[in-house]
Amino acid sequence: MEFQIAAIFRWLHVVAGITWIGLLYYFNLVQAPALAAAAGDQGGPGGAGITKYVAPRALLWFRWSALVTWLAGAALLGPNFKAAFTFDPAFAAIGIGAWLGTIMLFNVWVLIWPNQKKILGLVSATDEEKGRARRVAFLASRTNTMLSIPMIFFMVNGLTHKALIGL
Amino acid sequence: MKNPLDSILGTVISGLVLTLVLYVFLKNFILAGI
Repeated sequence: MEFQIAAIFRWLHVVAGITWIGLLYYFNLVQAPALAAAAGDQGGPGGAGITKYVAPRALLWFRWSALVTWLAGAALLGPNFKAAFTFDPAFAAIGIGAWLGTIMLFNVWVLIWPNQKKILGLVSATDEEKGRARRVAFLASRTNTMLSIPMIFFMVNGLTHKALIGL
Repeated sequence: MKNPLDSILGTVISGLVLTLVLYVFLKNFILAGI
């Protein structure tokens, strides 16, 4: 029975993680460059359709899948949660992944989402506040993209591939 | 100095460097002697 529960949490962790990091890469590799291109395209259709119809939906799935990923990961660690976060040698590699994922979750809910609400006009903000929000959200998103590289490395190697690289 | 996170290439390189730093830290400090 324990195995089935762990299997369900592992599956949920991976599915939600794909949704989260997939959307993170979409924002960084597709949407941000597309909006920049639209802004520079004089006489073009502009990026209003993206910011009105696409971005809010993408952000909805993005922030909630981030939370589900973290919760499923915490459930999967179960009694080893503390050992992972305190870098007990047996769980140190997955612990690094868990810390990176936790920092990324913080960035999503504390830096990216509140600032995106200002950028998208979901809460009122002056032009100056919007400009600052744009920069903070951009850098937080890029930071998460950077952190996702070691996070995934330690997640996928931490507990399942010890024989290959000794972590 | 330009912020490496302003470009995708700089972001990816920063991520790879951080991965290497954390790997060396883990192998040589946390898992040392195991």
